[in-house]
Formats: sequence, C-alpha cells, structure tokens
Amino acid sequence: MSDHDATEIRLINKVVVHFGYLPTEQAVTEVAEHVRKFWDPRMKRRLFDLVDAAAGDLEPVALAAASLLR
Amino acid sequence: MSLLKEPDYGTPAKDGPASISVEVDGFNVSVPEGTSVMRAAALAGIDVPKLCATDRLEAFGSCRLCLVEIEGRRGTPASCTTPVADGMVVRTQTPKVAKLRESVMELYISDHPLDCLTCPANGDCELQDMAGVVGLRQVRYGYDGANHLDAVADHSNPYFDFDPSKCIACSRCVRACDEIQGTFALTISGRGFDSKVSAGAGESFMDSECVSCGACVQACPTSTLQERSVVQLGIPTRSVTTTCAYCGVGCSFKAELRGDELVRMVPQKDGGANEGHSCVKGRFAFGYATHPDRMLRPMVREKITDPWCEVEWEEAIDTVASRMLDIAARHGNGAIGAITSSRCTNEEVYVVQKMVRAAFGNNNVDTCARVCHSPTGYGLKQTFGESAGTQDFQSVAQADVIMVIGANPTDGHPVFASRMKQRLRQGARLIVADPRRIDLVRSPHIEADHHLQLKPGTNVAVVNAMAHVVVTEGLADTGFIGARCEGYDEWAQFISREENSPEAVQEITGVPAEELRAAARLYALAPNGAIYYGLGVTEHSQGSTMVMGMANLAMACGNIGRDGVGVNPLRGQNNVQGSCDMGSFPHELPGYRHVSDDAVRQVFENLWGTKLLADPGLRIPNMFDAAIEGTFRGLFVHGEDIAQSDPNVKHVLAALESMELVVVQDLFLNETAKYAHVFLPGASFLEKDGTFTNAERRINRVRAVMKPKSGRHEWDIVCQIATAMGYPMHYDHPSQIMAEIAVLTPTFAGVSFEKLDEVGSIQWPCDANAPDGTPIMHVESFTRGLGRFVPTPFVPTDERSTRRFPLILTTGRILSQYNVGAQTRRTANIAWHQQDVLEIHPHDAEVRGITDGEQVTLASRVGETTLRAQVSDRMPTGVVNTTFHYPVTGANVVTTENSDWATNCPEYKVTAVQVALAHPTSLHRVEPAVERILTAGWVD
Repeated sequence: MSDHDATEIRLINKVVVHFGYLPTEQAVTEVAEHVRKFWDPRMKRRLFDLVDAAAGDLEPVALAAASLLR
Repeated sequence: MSLLKEPDYGTPAKDGPASISVEVDGFNVSVPEGTSVMRAAALAGIDVPKLCATDRLEAFGSCRLCLVEIEGRRGTPASCTTPVADGMVVRTQTPKVAKLRESVMELYISDHPLDCLTCPANGDCELQDMAGVVGLRQVRYGYDGANHLDAVADHSNPYFDFDPSKCIACSRCVRACDEIQGTFALTISGRGFDSKVSAGAGESFMDSECVSCGACVQACPTSTLQERSVVQLGIPTRSVTTTCAYCGVGCSFKAELRGDELVRMVPQKDGGANEGHSCVKGRFAFGYATHPDRMLRPMVREKITDPWCEVEWEEAIDTVASRMLDIAARHGNGAIGAITSSRCTNEEVYVVQKMVRAAFGNNNVDTCARVCHSPTGYGLKQTFGESAGTQDFQSVAQADVIMVIGANPTDGHPVFASRMKQRLRQGARLIVADPRRIDLVRSPHIEADHHLQLKPGTNVAVVNAMAHVVVTEGLADTGFIGARCEGYDEWAQFISREENSPEAVQEITGVPAEELRAAARLYALAPNGAIYYGLGVTEHSQGSTMVMGMANLAMACGNIGRDGVGVNPLRGQNNVQGSCDMGSFPHELPGYRHVSDDAVRQVFENLWGTKLLADPGLRIPNMFDAAIEGTFRGLFVHGEDIAQSDPNVKHVLAALESMELVVVQDLFLNETAKYAHVFLPGASFLEKDGTFTNAERRINRVRAVMKPKSGRHEWDIVCQIATAMGYPMHYDHPSQIMAEIAVLTPTFAGVSFEKLDEVGSIQWPCDANAPDGTPIMHVESFTRGLGRFVPTPFVPTDERSTRRFPLILTTGRILSQYNVGAQTRRTANIAWHQQDVLEIHPHDAEVRGITDGEQVTLASRVGETTLRAQVSDRMPTGVVNTTFHYPVTGANVVTTENSDWATNCPEYKVTAVQVALAHPTSLHRVEPAVERILTAGWVD
C-alpha cells in the first residue's frame, strides 16, 4: 500500500467516525452517500481496489459502505 | 470629504413615526421625535450652515455656526443639539443669526492659514464653503495675534498628513474615531486656546493606537487631516462607485480619479455593507494595482526551468487550449481542471467553472474556499438548508449577546468590527471563544463577559457543552423548536449525555466549567443572541461538525429568523460567498445544486448545449494527490497562490512539479507561477466590471475605473480558451454573464446589472418571492423546511502535541496585511508589518531562552521555517501563532495535510510544532517586494 492509497482509507475512516452516533445500518448508508456526493470517481475506484486487496485498516462501516457504493 | 457630496443632514436619523410637525422658514416638515432642528431643516430642503456637525456623528454643538431662532424661545440655540417640538417655528435666516455666524467665522479665519489657493483641499473644504455661505468679507481681528499657524505637521502616517495649523478644533476627527471606528486613538488635549487634536498620549499618528481606518480624514472639514495622495496629485475630477477587493465585508467605495489616475478611495455613505466606513486596506492600500511588479504581457515556457518568453495573447490562449486538449487526449478528460478565485468577480468565476464543465468535460473545479469556509457551506446546508450566513450586517445592531467564535474581526473584518463595537458600547454583552486574547476581549469601552480561552482543536467540545447546559437546565426555546425544527429529541438525548457536560470536557477544552455554564446561560437567555465566526471554526478536522454544532445551539435557543440573531460566517476574501454561489465546488452547479441531480443538470445542459458529468470532480487536496499519482496533469489557477496559501507546501510543490501544464492567471508572478508553464496577466479590481457577493450575501457592483492594463478582460480570456478548445463561449459584456446566471440559478433569478445599478446592492435570494432580496434568511421557515438538529460528537484531531513537537501552532491574519500578502505587501501597509512574526507566551519563550525579536526556528513533522519571535501574553502557554502573509517565511511549510472530515478544508489551526532559537548564522530575510517599497521611500 502506497502512502497515497492510505489517503482514501484515512478519509473514509474519518467520515465513519463522524457518523458514529448513528445505528450501524444508517451509518453505512450515510457514509456511502457522503462518498457518492463528494468523492471523485478515481478516489472511489482506489477505495474499491483497497477493499479488494484487503489493504489498510478500513473500519467495518467503511467496508460496508464501499460494498453499497459498488 | 469627497468629490461627490452625498446629502448630509447634520445629525443622525431617529427611529419612529414622523409624528412631530415643525415649520422651518415657512416650510412644514414632519419628523420622528428626537430629531434635531438641523436635520428637520435639511429634510425641508434648508441647509443650516455647520462645521462640527455631520449626520454620521452625534450632535456636538461646538462650532456655533448653526445657530437659529425659534419662536417663543430666548436666544439663538444651536440647531444641531436642539430637538424639534411639535408646532415649533424655526427661522434659520435672520439678521441676528447672520451676524452671529459671520462673527463666528471671523474668529475661525483669524487663526487659519490664508493659503486657500495652494491648499490641497481647495474646492473641497467645508470651512471655505461656510465662509462663502455666511458671506464673510473681512476679518476685523487681523492675523497678528496669538495663533496656531506655526503648529508642526505630522507626516508619520504613510497615507495621510496631519497639519494642526489648519485645525478648527471641531472634534469631528476625535468623534469619528470614537463613535464610528471605536478605537479612541484621538483626543482634544489642553483647554481653551490650547485645545488641540492629539493622537494617543501626545504621540505621532504612527506611534499611537490609530489604525489608519481613515474615518478621521473623512470627517475633517478642512485640510487638517488630508490624504497624501491628494496633496501629491490634486483634487480628483471624477468618481466611480465600486466595491473593495479585500475582505468579505465588501465595502462600497467611490474611486476618485484625475483622468485615469486613482487619487483616493472614499467609503460610500449609502454602501449597504459599510455605510461610509472603511479600513486601512480598502481606504488606502490600492497602490498594488499600479505596482511595477504587475505583469502585463502573457508569457509561456516549455519547462518550469526555462526562462519566460513574452508572447501575444492569441499564442498564449492557443498554447493553453492545445496543451489542455493534448493532456485530455492522452490521459482522459479527468486529467485537467481549474481552481477559481474568491478575489475575482462572480462573472469571472462563473465562466471558469463553465469552461471546466463544458469545455474540459469534467467537474474538476474547486475554489480557494476549500481552504477556508467550505465547512460553512456543508454545515449550514445540512442544518438550515442553505450554504450561507443568515443575517445582514445591520442585524448586529439588534443583538443583545454577541458570541464571537474563532474570529478576529478587528483585524480580519475591521469595518464590521466597528459596527459590532458600536453595539457593544451600547450595552450588548460579549462572549469570545478563542485560544488567543484577541483585541475584542478587552478594548476601549468594551470587555468580554466571558473569554473562553479554549485549547486549539476543542471547539466542538465547547459548543456541545454550551448546548448541554441549554438543554439540561431547561433553557431551550421549546416553542421555536416544536414549530420550526426536526430531530430535536434525538439530538437532545445525545447532547444531554454526561460526556458533553462542561465539567466532563473542561480538562479537554481548558475552559473552566463554571465559566462555560455562565456563557451558555448568557447566550441562551438573551432576547437576541447572535453568533459570528471565522476560520478558527472552519479550519479544523471537525470544522463542519462545529458549524453544525453552532447551528444546533442557535436553533435550540430560537436564535434564527429575525434581526439580532443568527449564525454568521465572517468570510475571508471579498468574493468567497460569490465564488461558492457560482458553482466553484466540484460537486455543485451554481446555486449549490448537486451535479448528480438529473433535473438540474438538464437545465444547464439545455442552455449550455453539452452533456455534463453527474459525478463530482476533484477537490484541491485531491488534485494534488492525483497529480503526484499521475492522473491529474493540467491545471488552470485563476487568481490564487496555492504554493503559498495551501498547507504542507512541500506536498503542493511536489504536485505542481509533477504536472505537464500549470496555467496561472494573476496580477503578479506569484509563488505558484514559479511552477507554471503559461502566465496570463490578470486585471485588478479597478479594471473589472462585474459583481462581488459579500459575507451577508450582498451582491455589489464592481465597476471599472480604468481599462485593463493587460488589454484583456479576464472573463473574455477564459471564454477564448474554452472556444479554442472547441466549446464556443462568447459574451459581449459581463452583464450578459449575469443574465445567464440569473436564468440558471434560482436564488439569483431577480438579479441583473440594471437592477443593481438602480438599487445599489441586493442580498440573495432575490427572486419572484423576494424581488428586493433577502436581508435575513429563514424567517418563516428554513430553506430546507424544518431546521435539522444534527448530533455532533467531539472527535479529537489526530494532530497532537508530542515530546518532539510540544507546542500547538495556529495561523491567522492581521489588520494591515491580507491573505498571502500579494496585494498588501506591495503597498505602504508594510509600514506596520514587514514580516511574519511568531507570537509566543513569555513562559514558553523563557524556557527556550528566547527573547522578544530574536530569530527562531518553527518546525513541525512536515517542515521548518525561521521567523522573528514576538513574546506576548496574548497567547496561552503551549500555543503559538503566526501569519502567512510573506512567502519568505512560508508559514505553510509547517502546516500539515490534516483536514476537515467532510470537506477536506485544511486544519491550519492545529499543528504540533517546536520552537527554538535560530542558529546565529540564520539571517533575517527581507521580502523582495518590501525591499523595493522601502527603497522607493514609500514609508519611513
């Protein structure tokens, strides 16, 4: 995993933390919606690549959100 | 004074119905109770002679020129200090008052230089005018008696002279400093014949507390306080009304010229934002527009190591277009993009984002608001439904409690600060939340009830704790909440948790629980509580959370939807609001509508005649990452200096160096231009025609006072690039661009140049429902319908002080300089600030062996710089502060990549650093532009 790849993990994990007050299912939806609304497609692609490669330390909610986004 | 005389009614207007009827010289007039006889006369069309009176200041009654006779009353009262009474009959022209006025004027003139023909104010002098009005023909006393004609002039200020030999001791300057500006830098020292205007404690203007706002110069009825430019160039001969290009207050000015030479900028009395007031930047610091550093020819080069080559406009435009197309052909449309500028007009910003979306074929457009107020857009949209502040500036005059969070208005937004201070002197209470003891905490006749000196990065914990107090102590406005909001119960449950109590967070925030509780009660119980905030809120990793936290607090207390309340961002640059309104964000089309909204996109596609992408584009930090990765290779930078202003400069430079094409359009060869392949000269605000939108959503006209020095309009250059790329864009005039904006943007539907020229300014939304604009938002209901409470858990930043980097750095700005300093460094404002300094608490300095004025190194985990230490107890221990006005210092070399979780707005306000004495060989570096100004003798 390159330093740059870590950016997407860091960013989405922070989003997850800030939606941490929600029930898990709702948090997954909100995180996915946030990424859909604000991330450039190439950032989403890199996120999916990281998920596929099981790279980095993605929060479970982030993983679920990535699945929802696909 | 100014070239175009605006009506002056002598004393301020009074509120209320026009219930008092009086007769003045046979004319009847009805006015509100408390109105002065002088004002009533003026409203009846009769000007009473005056010298010490002006309607921007309270009546003073010292000059004795405005004497009148009133039937049934003895003597000849001063009309400025005499209130009207119902049925009053006033005579302003009688032999008795004529004789008195002539005698008074004789006395004035007997102690005044008789050099009118060579005086710089000749033709623009109220004393001269009044001598004519009263018919003065002789001075019986002669000129040989005791006088003040040998009084020594003070030339210490770079922008105006003080010549006491011409002073008539009317106190207008003193009162302007007190009543309008609120600095109290001037006084009348001595008594009787020895009375004289004195700055500070008998100091020069430069050595006094004077902030050079120009209010005293504006108020002076003679040439005692005179702009140096008028002395040097002469009285202006024409005037153009336009808008200041500095901060987000957006002051209206009259640009006064002789031919094409700008002589002075005079604040416009009926300017909606400033109402005749100004600051040192807008009033005086316009010299950069004609600075020799201005670049006026387009330039290109193959590599950034090559020398620049001047070319014709056509070649420069073709180079940009062909190289952008080439990159897109080889790497895809997503490999190119642009950054719009908050210093440019709405029309310029609009065409840049249109070029990106329609000609580049993507949404890779972002704006410098990314690094300042993007969390405002996000947070207020989520809670209120609109990405803008709720009030007009005048609203502060109705506030009972003012809470200033993470803002330093007296330095950053000085004209609004003066307005705020006027209200505070009337008795409004003040809460300041800031790690640094800003001037507002304690200044003449103002003292904050509570200074919540929180630790950097703990805003959310503080605002949550305040809301906790409101909810748990039963202070919430349940009527407002029930009628106007949603999500309250869930939020109240969250905020009531013990973890959000002042006692629980005081260790984290550093704010004593009782102080915080008292502040919360003060805000909650105020009839009108208003929140004003700045970058100390937004430039954090929880910036968006904090904006929502403030919105929650305001809704919980019912402080939305009327005069005197609200949540109000103080925007940094002149057109931050406008650049965001115009669709500069990569996820939003103009009017804050998401690019994925098919219906909205369809409207744009129909008018623009091209398909638009539904996916958001790259934000600025993402652009840098993608550039280093190799997927983003062409960037058009419009009027921004990202190499100086953006955080972690090393990372920014690495990104710029890795790009195939960087195009910079600017007034100067800025830091970013060092990495550019094409340089396109820009136009100063004096050369532009268009509009700016200020922090209160006020759309103001910007009018060209001279032709573009580069020969081209910026909007036209952008259109030509788009056209050369195969997407024809053409407008004959910026008014046509605004017409297109109005068609596509519902909140601008009623805006046109014609209407702006007619009414002066308009606050959006301006549409069929609000044809005159909307000074205050969310009055009956929120833009989104119901105001939405959003839980805001406090998530600490990842940036922590460590043994290696034990201090926390915050960055900010100061009064005399602006942003990256590109403009103000090229003016005589350097007289106040010639370098960035590091403010450090005496204890932190002492343990490091640092004394005031020494060079120190400032290091973080990403970089290091050197600058001069300023030991100051404004700072709490453990926190240091600096500005980023000088590229030589490069303060952003040390700031990091941390950013707001929702918007990527950089966390400028929290960087773990270490400070140490610099090596003795580390020399003080002088900024080249400063050196040139010092050499030229602009300042002493």
